[in-house]
Amino acid sequence: MNEENLWSIFINACLVNNFVLAYFLGICPFMGVSGKFSTALRMGLAVSCVMLVASVCSYGIQQVLVFLDAPYLQLISTIIVIASTVQLIEMLIKKYNQALYRTLGIFLPLITTNCAILGLAIFQANREYQFTQSVFFALGAGAGFTLALILMAGIREKLRFATIPEISQGTAVNLIIAGILSLGFMGFAGLGG
Amino acid sequence: MSSDNHVIPIIEETDSHSEEFLKGLWKSNPVFVQVLGMCPVLAVSNSVINALAMGLATLFVLLMSNVLVSSLRFVIPRQIRIACYIAIIATFVTSVDYIIQAISLELHQALGAFISLIVVNCLILGRAEAFASKQTVSKSFMDGLGMGLGFTLALVCLGTVRELLGNGSLFGTSVLPEQFEPWVIMLLPSGGFFTLGVMLIFINMLQKKKTEPS
Repeated sequence: MNEENLWSIFINACLVNNFVLAYFLGICPFMGVSGKFSTALRMGLAVSCVMLVASVCSYGIQQVLVFLDAPYLQLISTIIVIASTVQLIEMLIKKYNQALYRTLGIFLPLITTNCAILGLAIFQANREYQFTQSVFFALGAGAGFTLALILMAGIREKLRFATIPEISQGTAVNLIIAGILSLGFMGFAGLGG
Repeated sequence: MSSDNHVIPIIEETDSHSEEFLKGLWKSNPVFVQVLGMCPVLAVSNSVINALAMGLATLFVLLMSNVLVSSLRFVIPRQIRIACYIAIIATFVTSVDYIIQAISLELHQALGAFISLIVVNCLILGRAEAFASKQTVSKSFMDGLGMGLGFTLALVCLGTVRELLGNGSLFGTSVLPEQFEPWVIMLLPSGGFFTLGVMLIFINMLQKKKTEPS
């Protein structure tokens, strides 16, 4: 059992141990979708929603697996539930919001292979979070992911007006920026315990 | 899963088996050229041992899933192929997880959740979707071997630089003189971003030189 305070879990997941900048989870969408501020915000929100749902689902799975005493099924069952949840959300968005679907279209299937989601599920299982703790953990992780994504997008939008040497354009310069951001987030260490 | 998966890069197909093997090592190296599977690359490359173990674990999963996906390519229905691939990959990752735990508990703890996260390494799913589902078993085997070795190579490169500068050691033994002040930042998350960024710049430089000889 884990008795950690809810706010400290939230702050920890969001700032101190930011999923993208401290755990390197979800780097692919972080690099891929952070070109434009509005897209980045939408992607962040989509991932946050999926995280919340996935967290609740994997809490359920964990209880069933503990009951069945079958820890070796954890990975397979979690990933399959996450994949089907993403599929479901994709269908819902397609039905109710065509514009959003067109912007997110190709990224939605990729949320399945977003390590941040599975990482969240595995971390919360390893740390034996209870239900409310899991929910706060997911909220914090989602907020942290969105924050990192929109920070990066803001910087990259400004960067378009700068002259960058040809050899360091693209992923190389993005990685360096991410490194500096990560350095900045280290300043939060010690916050939230 | 929608069929328009634009993001997974399609690499031009080659004819011979040796080319399938070699392309993964350099020409379309998964890390340096395609920039796939970044999460484990950055997360566990703070020491050479961890990087090597992670590389080999990924190599094994990639090889096995490529072979299995390729041999089942006429059996798996198109509509649910992604789910099938993920189930196949997750099976192998679970076994790797237990194998590493059996070999070295210490290593297992150092790699932590990142072994399980091999499941969502875009490289493996990308190869299954873009290559193994269309090619013969032997070609897929060579492709998996090449890509896996290329991935391991990149990880070890990164691990070497980060461990050498951040700790003054290689494989856990000190190699630099006592006066060397370790760059602690290299072991921290930001060091991973910086090192890979600088390596990419270096590779871009090499490729630019090759395309326009002056």
